[in-house]
This record gives sequence, structure tokens and C-alpha cells, in this order.
Amino acid sequence: MNDILKAGSCDVAIIGGGPAGISAAIELKKLGIDRIIVLERECEAGGIPRHCGHPPFGIREYGRILSGPAYAKKIVADSSLLGVEIALRTSVVSVGQGGLLSIICPDGATELRAKRVLLATGTRETPRSARFVSGGRPMGIYNTGALQSMVYLKNTIPFKRPIVVGTEIVSFSALFTCKKAGIQPVAMLEEKSSPTVRWPISLAAKFFAVPLHLDSHITKIIGHDRVTSVRFGNGHGSEKEIECDGVLFTGKFIPESSLARMGHIDIESGTGIPIVDQYGRCSDRTYYVAGNIAHHSAEVAGKCWRTGKTAAGWICKDLAGQLM
Amino acid sequence: MDNTQIEKMDNNSGASVLLADADVAIIGGGVVGCGVARRMAIEGASVVLIEKAADILDGASKGNSAILHTGFDAPPGSLEWKCVQDGHAEYLDICKSMKLPVLKTGALVTAWTEDEEERLQGVLEKGLENGVDDLRLLSRTEIHKMEPHLDSSVRAAISVPREYVIDPWSAPLAYLLQAVENDGKALFNAEVTGGDFDGSHWLLKTRRGKVRARYVVNCAGLYGDIVDHAALGNSEFVIKPRKGQFVVFDMAASKLINSIILPVPSERTKGIVLFPTIFGNMMVGPTAEEQDSRDDASVDKDVLNMLAEKAIKMLPALADIPVTATYAGIRPATERKEYRIIEDTERNWITLGGIRSTGLTSALGLGHHVHTLLSSMGASFEKREHVVTPTVPNLAEHLPRDCDEPGYGEVVCHCEMVTQREIEAVFAGKLPAGSLAGLKRRTRATMGRCQGFYCSARLAELTEGKFEIPLGVGDAHE
Repeated sequence: MNDILKAGSCDVAIIGGGPAGISAAIELKKLGIDRIIVLERECEAGGIPRHCGHPPFGIREYGRILSGPAYAKKIVADSSLLGVEIALRTSVVSVGQGGLLSIICPDGATELRAKRVLLATGTRETPRSARFVSGGRPMGIYNTGALQSMVYLKNTIPFKRPIVVGTEIVSFSALFTCKKAGIQPVAMLEEKSSPTVRWPISLAAKFFAVPLHLDSHITKIIGHDRVTSVRFGNGHGSEKEIECDGVLFTGKFIPESSLARMGHIDIESGTGIPIVDQYGRCSDRTYYVAGNIAHHSAEVAGKCWRTGKTAAGWICKDLAGQLM
Repeated sequence: MDNTQIEKMDNNSGASVLLADADVAIIGGGVVGCGVARRMAIEGASVVLIEKAADILDGASKGNSAILHTGFDAPPGSLEWKCVQDGHAEYLDICKSMKLPVLKTGALVTAWTEDEEERLQGVLEKGLENGVDDLRLLSRTEIHKMEPHLDSSVRAAISVPREYVIDPWSAPLAYLLQAVENDGKALFNAEVTGGDFDGSHWLLKTRRGKVRARYVVNCAGLYGDIVDHAALGNSEFVIKPRKGQFVVFDMAASKLINSIILPVPSERTKGIVLFPTIFGNMMVGPTAEEQDSRDDASVDKDVLNMLAEKAIKMLPALADIPVTATYAGIRPATERKEYRIIEDTERNWITLGGIRSTGLTSALGLGHHVHTLLSSMGASFEKREHVVTPTVPNLAEHLPRDCDEPGYGEVVCHCEMVTQREIEAVFAGKLPAGSLAGLKRRTRATMGRCQGFYCSARLAELTEGKFEIPLGVGDAHE
């Protein structure tokens, strides 16, 4: 077990070792706050960029273009040079009043008392279930996050000819991943009458050779063991059925604020985002937020990096007694 | 000779292999089949359970409401009532030794309209007639005290203190495991397609080979009538599949409610229930939709919306709680309401048909009933001197989980806190998971709020080569 976890107390505990959490840790170190720890539940730090195998990452932070995994490695290495401690395989299972964290790691369960806590737990896509999509529940139904971690971390694919649902930025990130992995999506569906991203979308769809269907929502997922086809309509009675072997639900991001929700921290009704003041401070003033947990949509890593840095600044002032 | 020898003896591939020779063959690995297998193994019979899917609980038993019923609303004096009462008692009797969890929630039969309020008296009387003597009529104030988040439009309720919530998947797994630990055998991917009775023994044909047995118990649930037709040439009932959809709310909802919230039951169905799960969620369901298909457990957007709205109406604070999962189960109803227990004493055959939502509770009681029926057919077994009692890993949220013990490797599924050690143990055990769904039911993996967003990749890796239908369908190539 890590020294800080053994001691059971620290100045700042950062929950989540993605771009926001790592950038906050680096900034805190630079500002002279030494007893800090990043708590990361995965076996590796770096967050979502670890499995975004496409550029561009790192433009804001490093002034050059990196792939996601390269970016993730770089931020972790940079933090390590500054002596940031990252406790891997370490899950915070509940947050308590005044910065008391219940933690589970392979060495056992423990508690950590932090003077300040930064929630940097990120965001995830809305799964099929919470979208109330009709039909069976065969294998082959995933979110982009799952697809990308399968492809980039484990070199395996969950389907070969899926239907992609959504036209957000992440949806095109998913198309890139498909192209790289040898997956050929058979259609892209968008419920609205125009795509969510403001790109020349028809060109993009052409580039990936994926027909785009606007005004279209799934009316039934069909398949017993695996997905075999999907029926979709335009809401005016016309329905189409397309053969496919999977459905990829992209986007509709929701902040990963379960710890706050399960605990005592106030969250915004509807969005699930923790309610914060102008300093990014939660209803329990020991807690702060940074990165995508604080956003309505998924922001790029560079922006999360910046919010992590900003949060570190406020936390530093707070610890010095300079915040009201 | 033991079963492994039999399999080796005949190395012909395909359907002519003799897979097992047992006293009792049980067709169907749902909760009822598992309960019967356990009882008969304890009574000293050599048993073989034959399941057509790759794992247990693949049919009706995969989607139920996980309630341990008291039988307060069962038809008085019926076999269903008796088996539910016996099952309730035996579950509480064995749950400690087998490490099966119980969440002692109690239930409230709630009346929301004047008509329902009037029918409560009848529910109370029926409960007393059924020997459930701790029912009590509650006033609005009492309800509010017990369930402060329940909508204030509730008019009255009956408290049923001994209705509990259990783990609907670990319980049948434990039953079958006990049968297997006591020299029983379980065959998977072995759909029964027919059989011949020679006056003393059955020779059942399955997709994998043959099974010889003195007695057969048909627990094939949704396929009960089909199996009777295939082996006996006729069936006394017709399965009328009845689908029930459910919506599962995030764990944050669990702090909103303590009891199982039941509606006033109707003649046909127990109605839509709002209840805590043993895994720490809150659920609403099931619907009761007649359909022809025995395996189409599709969910429907409009129905799910209706269920969620209904739940929010009963418990307004749910409006702010995200939905974690949706699913549907299919009950093996028949053209009649009661259990359809059929004995063919000439041909040593018993069919347990039409076991609907009470099956989870009544399975253990049905085990005793089958033993009684077989005894009256002349079967006699020497009761086991030493019965092995296995335990199952705990999945209940209110009790210590695997991740609370050091040395678990890594947490694979973060939403449900499922560890690498737990998953590996599933494949090292005597009844390893045969499908991803089977793994989910043994561990809770991917059943949480992210539905596999974070852990699918690692699961694909950990389960590589284990399932006939794997998570990965090929390598990613560039």
C-alpha cells in the first residue's frame, strides 16, 4: 500500500487519473502542495485517452499532436517526474463528510482523510438500457468507450458490421476506430433532422462509406444470441430493417457522479452534475470538481487538462485560507 | 460405474452416446429443476439434470422479481400455497449454511384507489386463511412512518412482514451445486428431443446423446408441454408465455424505500411491484403480456416508459434517479392459473408445469413434493448419511463482498465491484458459467450503471475461450 494510504491522511486526494486529475496533481505539486495522491481504479492511469487511438491530443498542453495513448503515457510520465503519487487499482467506494474517503484496494479496505478532495471521475455514454430502446438484448450492443477499449487495449472486436447510433464528435471517433480495426458499420442513425456535430457530415459519412439516416430511431433490436438486424423508423410510419451484427450507442454523455449521488454531495437535478460555486467547490466545501464530471457534454482532453489546473489553483488558495 | 466412465466408454460422436445413467433425470435447469435435483440428491437418488442451454437459468428463471413469498395471496389449500410455504421455510432454514442472502424487507400491499382499499379486507382474510397470521392493516400515518418517500396518495396498506428479497440467481446455483456435490451430474447444451420407456427405465434422447433413468421429472418451464409431447406423445396443458418487463433504477434509489411495495393482487397477476433488490438497486415490474414466443424477451420503449412513470408516481423522488437497466422475463403460464403437476405413474414420469412467478420460492417445496410423488410410485432411495453442503459466493450488497478481502487482483467491473478473483473462481468451480449471461448472474459483472462501458474489454480478455458465444468476434487489425 502506498505511504499516504498507509498514513490515512493527506492534503489533497484526487479521484480519477485522467487528464483533469493528472493536470491538477501536477499543478498542485508545482504550487508546493506536497501531500497529494491520485486515486485511480484502473490498472493504468491516463483515463479515456488511453483507448482513443486517434489524434489530435496534446495541442494545448504540449503544442504538438499526439495520439490518445501517447498523450496518456506522456501526462502520467510528466506527473511522475514531479513526484506525483498515483495509487492504481484503488477504488473510492464512498465519499463522506469533510473529505473522508472509503477506499478498497487489493491490499485491503482503508480510509483516507483528505483536507480537500477533487472529483475528476469523468463522464460516460448513456447505455442502451437507459435510452429505453425497444427489442431484444442479444450480444453485440456496446458504447464507444467499450468498443475503443476492446480495440486499443485488448486488440479484439465485438462486431464486424454494426449500426452506429448518434452523430456527436464521439460518434466520428467511433467511426475512426471502426476503420482502424477493420469494422465496417452498415449505417449511422440520428434521431434529429440534422447531425449533432457542425461538420460537413455527409462528407464524413462518405469518407467512412457509412450511409447516414437522419430522423431515424431504432424501433427494435432483433437477435437471439447476437444482434442479427435492427429495425428503425422516422416516426411517420415508414420502417426499414437492416442486417447487422451489433449496435454501437455513441454519446449522450452523463457525468460519472455516482460517488456524489450516493453520498452527501448535492447534484443538479436532471444532469447529475455536482452543484458548485464559482471556485468549482461542491455543497460540501471540502470537495471540488474538474474535467468532464462538471460538463454537460464530453469535452476534449485539453479542456479537461485546463479545468484540472484551474481547480488546483483554487484548492491551493483554499488550503492557504484565501477562499471565502 | 460412474458417469465419466460412461462418457469415455462410448466414443461415438453425437446422439448415440450414453451421457448418464441415473435414478432420476430432471429436464430443465431453471430454479424448479435445480430445486428438485437438490432434494432428490439429498434423498439419496443419483440425479442428472439436463439443460438445453449452455448454462442454468436461461429461460423463465432468468427474469423474475426475486421475492421470497409467504403465500399470503395464494389460492388457499392449493398445491402452490403448500409449496410456497414449504419453500419459504426451507430457504430460511438452509440460507445460513449455504451462505444464501436474505434481505428482510417485508412487503406492503398498497391501496391507491377506493376500490383497492375495499379489496384490502379480502386480502387480509385470505392471508389469515393461508396461515400467514402476521398480516396487519396499516393506517396512512403508519405507512408514512415506514416509507416516508412513498407518495402521500396511498390510502391504506397491509403489512406482510415475512416477504423477503433474495438473490434469484445464486439460490438455484446453490441448489444445483449441492446436487452435483452429492454425486449428481448436470448436462448442458442437451435439449431433450424424445424418449422411450421400456417398462422400468427411460432412455431420453438429447442433442448431445442419451440419458438413461428410472424416473423423469419434467421441469422444462416454458417448454414443459413440448417436452411432454416429445416423450409421452401428449401434454395435458399448453404453455401460454407471459412476458414481464422490468426497469432497474440506480443504486441511489435504494435509500428511498425499505419494503417491497405490492399492489392489491388481481385474479390473474400479482401486478406491478416496486421493490429493492439484494444487489442494492430498486426495480419496478413486471408487466403481464401474453405472447406466442417462448424466447422473445424484447423490451418495449412505451412499456418501459409506463413502468418508470408508474414507479415515479408511487415514489416521486425516483424522478431524479437514473435508470440502470431494463429487461424482460417470460413466465410459463398455462391456460389455467394453478400449477400443473402431472403424474404418469405407469411410465415413471412427473411434469411440473405452469410454475409462474412463485417458482423461486416454491422450488424447494416442489422438491419435497416430487420426492413424495416418486415414493408413492414405489421409488425408494437410501437417504444419504453424509450430505455435502456447498456455499456460494455472496453477491448481496448488504453483506461483505469479495472485494472486501485483500488479494483480489483487480476490480474488473467497477460499478458492481466485481473482482478478477471472483471471475476466475467462476471458471474454476464445478458449475462454470457457460455464457456471458451466466457469468453476469454469478458475479453481477456489467449489470451496473455503465452497462459494460468500462469493463467489456477486460471481460472479453478474461473470458476468452470460455463461451460458445464469445464477447470478441475477431482481432482488431490495422
